[in-house]
Amino acid sequence: MADNAKILAGLAEIVEEVAGVAKDEVTPEKSFVDDLDIDSLSMVEIAVQAEDKFGVKIPDDELANLKTVGDAVNYVAKNS
Amino acid sequence: MAGLLEGKRLLITGVITDASIAFHAAKVAQEQGAKVVLTGYGRLRLVERIAQRLPQAAPVIELDVTNQEHLDTLAERVSEHVDGLDGLLHSIGYANPETCLGAPFLDAPWEDVGPALQISAYSYASLVKAVAPLLAPGASVLGMDFDARVAWPAYNWMGVAKAALESVNRYLARELGPRGVRANLIAAGPVKTMAAKSIPGFSELESGWGDRAPLGWDSSDPTPVAKTIVALLSDWLPATTGSMIMVDGGVHALGQ
Repeated sequence: MADNAKILAGLAEIVEEVAGVAKDEVTPEKSFVDDLDIDSLSMVEIAVQAEDKFGVKIPDDELANLKTVGDAVNYVAKNS
Repeated sequence: MAGLLEGKRLLITGVITDASIAFHAAKVAQEQGAKVVLTGYGRLRLVERIAQRLPQAAPVIELDVTNQEHLDTLAERVSEHVDGLDGLLHSIGYANPETCLGAPFLDAPWEDVGPALQISAYSYASLVKAVAPLLAPGASVLGMDFDARVAWPAYNWMGVAKAALESVNRYLARELGPRGVRANLIAAGPVKTMAAKSIPGFSELESGWGDRAPLGWDSSDPTPVAKTIVALLSDWLPATTGSMIMVDGGVHALGQ
């Protein structure tokens, strides 16, 4: 769980930098598209930064499945 | 063994992610010995990050082809990295996906069609003009095409823009020939890139391509297209200009 909290914090920093969403808005139940209003190119940029930061590979097909912040945190936790 | 592009200096546009055709062209070009400079549009931070993923990190220059100041200063900004150009790849296109792609063809307003033509076709000429002072004798300029001699499902006004691009290419060949510079297009089969995903109806274009193509076709593999780009940037097609090179597994050659 500690790991997940760390990943969430790191991810929130990326989302803030790329999409200008305040860090504390980035919580696990939020949907990137519906709640945080992030477009597809911003999602790609977030994924690319997350790949660099966490040393994971997020293929495009996987990215499409990461609907919520929690999905992304779990994916990184499982694959890093 | 020396690479096919040993010592060549290239300007490559159109990298946005590591799925971009231009990214793979840059990668194969570097593997063949080229020095690559990229241009990026809009999301420079993303393009710069992607540029770090090439075999050799490449410099990124900002270029919006509709921005005259960007064009006017391009040669100078490129010169900060290379002292001339032996090759140029135009891999730029845009049409409003809501009106120009997939939607009823006859409903697209000129307000959207105009920019599609400007960004996808006219910009090939603007880009060549902008870097003309740097182009060395024997240089090769290339654009990315999708066979526009026929009408496709959903591709609509992007198809019209590609038809314009094909004509621009022929005129560039006339213009540049006397300087010993070649201008060609690569008409590729469908490749799953960020741009492709934004084409409503891309799956219609893609589905069945592999079954129809005599050589088969894998839309998730940009390498065949990248290799062909590199071949055209090399010295090994020295008398080819004003051409469309088909890189589609052979689909263009078939009736049904």
